[in-house]
Amino acid sequence: MDFEVILSDALRSGLGPIAAIYALAAMGLNLHFGYTGLLNFGQVGFMLVGGYGLAITVSTWGASMWLGVLVGLASAIVLALLLGLPTLRLRADYLAITTIAAGETLRLFYRSSWAEPTTGGVFGLQRFAKDFYDLNPVPRGSYGVWLVEFSARDMWVLIVAWGLVVVVGILLALLVHSPWGRVIRSIRDDETAVRSLGKNAYAYKMTSLVLGGVLGGVAGMLQAIQVQSVSADSFDPAVTFFLYTLLVLGGAGRILGPVIGSILFWFVLTFLDSALRQAIDSGVISSDLISTSEIGAVRFALVGLALILLVAFRPQGILGSRKEMLLSGR
Amino acid sequence: MRYQRVFVPALVLWFLVMVPVGTASAQGEEVPRGPTFAARALQALIDGIQFGVIIAITAVGLSLIFGTIHLINFAHGELVTIGATFAFFLNASAAGPGWHLIPAAIVAVAFGALLGAAIDLGLWRPLRARGTGLINMFIVTIGLSLLLRHIVLVLYGTRPGSFVQYDIQNALDLGPAGITPRDLTVTLLSVAVLLGVAALLQKTRIGTAIRAVSANRDLAEASGIDVQRVVLVVWIIGGGLAALGGVFFGLVEIVTWDMGFKLLLLMFAGVILGGLGSAYGAMVGSLVIGIVAQMSTLWFPADLQYAWALLALIIVLLVRPQGILGQRERIG
Repeated sequence: MDFEVILSDALRSGLGPIAAIYALAAMGLNLHFGYTGLLNFGQVGFMLVGGYGLAITVSTWGASMWLGVLVGLASAIVLALLLGLPTLRLRADYLAITTIAAGETLRLFYRSSWAEPTTGGVFGLQRFAKDFYDLNPVPRGSYGVWLVEFSARDMWVLIVAWGLVVVVGILLALLVHSPWGRVIRSIRDDETAVRSLGKNAYAYKMTSLVLGGVLGGVAGMLQAIQVQSVSADSFDPAVTFFLYTLLVLGGAGRILGPVIGSILFWFVLTFLDSALRQAIDSGVISSDLISTSEIGAVRFALVGLALILLVAFRPQGILGSRKEMLLSGR
Repeated sequence: MRYQRVFVPALVLWFLVMVPVGTASAQGEEVPRGPTFAARALQALIDGIQFGVIIAITAVGLSLIFGTIHLINFAHGELVTIGATFAFFLNASAAGPGWHLIPAAIVAVAFGALLGAAIDLGLWRPLRARGTGLINMFIVTIGLSLLLRHIVLVLYGTRPGSFVQYDIQNALDLGPAGITPRDLTVTLLSVAVLLGVAALLQKTRIGTAIRAVSANRDLAEASGIDVQRVVLVVWIIGGGLAALGGVFFGLVEIVTWDMGFKLLLLMFAGVILGGLGSAYGAMVGSLVIGIVAQMSTLWFPADLQYAWALLALIIVLLVRPQGILGQRERIG
């Protein structure tokens, strides 16, 4: 058991690009769920159309990456409108079912043999983010303090991703404290009251769905850029469930909730993962009990358990206010 | 009102049956060899009905649970998987006792029913007592789904499996189409189970109580119905039916660790198509979804067949959000 390796793995993951990407996607989800009370179980669908919008524009159509970014954003907006139009006038449960179904439908469409000429089918698309890495101002070499070290390439993704998290965080803070933000929070707390004051709740919910969806799309694009590949199966419905777990962990309805949640979530998850791996390799846990290939499944199961316990015992997470979260329970 | 309720499903079915037949009569003469389009359409229809009734068995429980406690159970698919994999363990697993499929299926259904009861008593009843909000309960169900699915993954593994008995059979020849005795039995049994559920809801005291709680919980409670007990019974029925559906699906298709999650989305489509909270709607809706999924393979690649069923869900929400048999009420 090498604790330095475990700690280093965990820190790298908690501070690394993946945590920033999940933080961004969860900020969109926070706007939906934490502020507006919309139950979006298909945030991964927005990530998928964002990532694929970028990849298809570059790889399949041979256009520039910046056009791809626009296509990714536009796809996220279109998806939000498509989902919102039929469901936002209905009860909250209809949105939940439709979004989870839409996310999975999109995954099936993008990985099907029918769409293969455009999306690459089950193989996905690779190497489309050259433009992004050409802009890398960080000199070659590796950077790090103490146990954490990142390559110049990772540093560049990190700077952009965490930079976006900061900018989006500031914008969201301004937005939710604006008159618009007050209306969406009141929709969460009592939609009927908002309607009786003459506000068009439908339009407000739609705006919130579009904005949060765009954030999901941006996160999907960053994920595609970071690994230089998109494949439909990496946009599994479980991603949305991860986002909910880290959002509830950090505190829904708080600007910093998803950020702290994401860092902590990836730190703990990787810590467990790495520790389990080491324990099995060094024979502390017998490999008859859990084999190395089952660690992935074990960690998914633990996330599920954590989500149940969090919502049951501490629905407000680390930062949130219990009163607010109980109100949103309706 | 009454007229319209029958009219809409009839129209949907008519479209599904007539469109391929109409195209087939034009194509039939041109292609004399191989199965004609009409034969393929008939085969797809038979497969669709068989698929639809299996979805219906699992979806009825989902719908009853929604009707009584307004909870959308995102973990319902896992009850299906657990039923199928438990039967697989008893029947075909090297570590299991190697029973014949019929006793294995019966025990698996009983296990599913017990699991349903355990989930209600161990999870939902305490949460309801704590006053956890409905929206938070939805999130608990996705956590539960993630937990159960991956426990199954650890115990069962990723390898798809089949039951020992009734695995490979010759199809009975029905003129242009065929069906294996196994599939025919599963279809007929499923229909019988659905009729049994309908009889339970209509004729027995507990069925009346379930319908009363669905219609108006407060009124039911005020007239002396023990709502907690009704909810427990609904979970037992739902868990048992889900396990049975899982065994049937594993029998006609294959047992995998994520079969339930895939079926879940089709169950949702069926439940919404039929009308959220209506048990009979869930049956009709699931049947339509099963037929849509199988019929789509006539024109589109087979790996998209689930996707069409889910698209049907979104179209229904646009056109008739209360579903085929749902009450026309304000749901916004």
